[in-house]
Amino acid sequence: MPEAAAAPLVEPRPPRKLYRSSDGRWLGGVARGLAGHLGLPVVWVRLVFVGLFMADGLGALLYAAFWFFVPLGVGGVGDQKPPSLVSTETAPDGRRRLVARKPDKGQIVALLLMVVVAMVFVGNVNLGSGAKAYLLPAVLVGAGVALVWRQADNARRARWVAAGRRRRTLTLLRAVGGVLLVTAGVSGIFVLQGSAAHLGSVLQAALAVLVGITLLAGPYLVRMTQDLSEERLMRIRAQERAEVAAHVHDSVLHTLTLIQRNAENASEVRRLARAQERDLRTWLYKPEGTGKDEEDEPATVADAVRRNAAEVEDKHGVPIEVVVVGDCPLDERVGAQMQAAREAMVNAAKYGGEGGAVQVYAEVEGRTVFVSVRDRGPGFDLDAIPADRMGVRESIIGRMERNGGTARLRAVPGGGTEVELEMERVENTS
Amino acid sequence: MSDPSEATGPTEATGATESTESPEENGTAGAAGAAGAGDGASGRRVRVVLVDDHRMFRTGVQAEIGRTEETGVEVVGEAADVDQAVTVITATRPEVVLLDVHLPGGGGVEVLRRCAGLMGDAEQPVRFLALSVSDAAEDVIGVIRGGARGYVTKTITGTDLVDSIFRVQEGDAVFSPRLAGFVLDAFASTDAPPVDEDLDRLTQREREVLRLIARGYAYKEIARQLYISVKTVESHVSAVLRKLQLSNRHELTRWATARRLV
Repeated sequence: MPEAAAAPLVEPRPPRKLYRSSDGRWLGGVARGLAGHLGLPVVWVRLVFVGLFMADGLGALLYAAFWFFVPLGVGGVGDQKPPSLVSTETAPDGRRRLVARKPDKGQIVALLLMVVVAMVFVGNVNLGSGAKAYLLPAVLVGAGVALVWRQADNARRARWVAAGRRRRTLTLLRAVGGVLLVTAGVSGIFVLQGSAAHLGSVLQAALAVLVGITLLAGPYLVRMTQDLSEERLMRIRAQERAEVAAHVHDSVLHTLTLIQRNAENASEVRRLARAQERDLRTWLYKPEGTGKDEEDEPATVADAVRRNAAEVEDKHGVPIEVVVVGDCPLDERVGAQMQAAREAMVNAAKYGGEGGAVQVYAEVEGRTVFVSVRDRGPGFDLDAIPADRMGVRESIIGRMERNGGTARLRAVPGGGTEVELEMERVENTS
Repeated sequence: MSDPSEATGPTEATGATESTESPEENGTAGAAGAAGAGDGASGRRVRVVLVDDHRMFRTGVQAEIGRTEETGVEVVGEAADVDQAVTVITATRPEVVLLDVHLPGGGGVEVLRRCAGLMGDAEQPVRFLALSVSDAAEDVIGVIRGGARGYVTKTITGTDLVDSIFRVQEGDAVFSPRLAGFVLDAFASTDAPPVDEDLDRLTQREREVLRLIARGYAYKEIARQLYISVKTVESHVSAVLRKLQLSNRHELTRWATARRLV
């Protein structure tokens, strides 16, 4: 049972649908799926199935029917949940990752019961000897088919759950096992019918037919699978795009709402609009699929400068234009420079923000990293700063010099202040 | 939607003889603006065509810069897609076209391609100033290589936009800080030997000028900073523009995809 779409779209929840559970299932996931759907503990459902199984194997039929007709559970169509969230919803043990599929108590109980019931069933079957002779092959065939089906389920699931978790050998073994069981069962029936003499020629004929069909239909099949996978790829892309669009539209709507609410507060409106614009640009020009920027540390100069500028812009409501030329990974020295640059941006936004946008320029050339932060405010005189205001002196100049760089503050002819920070990168970062 | 038939033929925009001012900024083609009444603040005039597929934006620009007697800018036509743009530009022969990078029908680059003849006109060349919301390097570099004389973002203030238009009219180049950054990046020192020494390298001076533009300096400030005249600054920028348009460095076309990681 899927949850409603993760994308925060304003739309009704999709109707509840029955799915088989792909997590923590023991056989086909029917019992768990049903339990989730009906909101019952899974053990109850299993017990009911076992009970029905006693009734002339009705349970087995039901189970098989469910298995065959009910799709394996993931989010419904258009449901954009990352695969790791594929949950069994109301299963009593909650969500469990596929890797850690420890059989729960209910499963073990059910398994034991199944075994017991199977014994009882086989022992109690009062059939003619002829029919009894058919029973074992039939069971074999059933087991083989079940194996292969379970296999198909896994193949299907591998698309949603990160592929490659299951070893291929296991898959292969399963398939081979299933085929062998079916073959054994079918041959068993043939042999029992006394046509053992013909078995050889029948098998040969069957083989010939199979090879012929393969030759005839092979190209079509190959093309079909190719088309299918291509189509699947396109669909995934389209879904990704839809996800992006949904996210963007949602946040744009929010921003517009906030802007309407804060219409009187010009600086707030400007701040909101800027933040939204930045968001949108990140989405548009950095197609990284998810778009959710993880809160990890920036790794390069360009990243760090842009991120700092964005944060300062949001906090102080002054637009900051950023231009970066070249790029390099951060090291401790350059990291310190980034901190100093951030401090400079804060100062520029606080004291020079009335003059319009703050211009930040960062350049990496060879081993030198240069950052300039320029505002068009009234400008300020370093010597005129009271001694108790150590902000600039400590956090910008001091920090740069302690790390072996230089910082220059100067009044720009034409108005405003410019802070220039220069730093040599640590050696051997090629 | 514009109706080029309304537009006057090419006239020197020195305010000689023209009809009356159309006062309202209503997103339609301004009929030829007045001159008898007033001139731009400094007496200079320029005839402009707006090409942008967003009517709201055209209206906004029209409102900001279209008051001819104050700004000296006269909007003689508008277009919303490539075909319209080519028609209107050919009919009205403006001095400057404000060109949106993203347009239905092939984008700004396509307009530039089809107006190449007008750009090279010896008598009265039509010059293009690209205007965009895009930050994508290939967009910016693309329109410049297509022949635009400059690139500014749509967040530019009205005053700055008017200045840029006049600068383009005079044949100079207009670089936004971002464009300057892109150019510096594109011409960054690589191991690949230049094919054409003159075109594939920026001189030290040009580099300095670009750096200051990227740092948010105005031309006047750059001149003061480097102890050169504003004219010299402009000629450096024009030289860079020429290199940008003519150089065959493959970095220029490919640089955006492979950012140099030093």
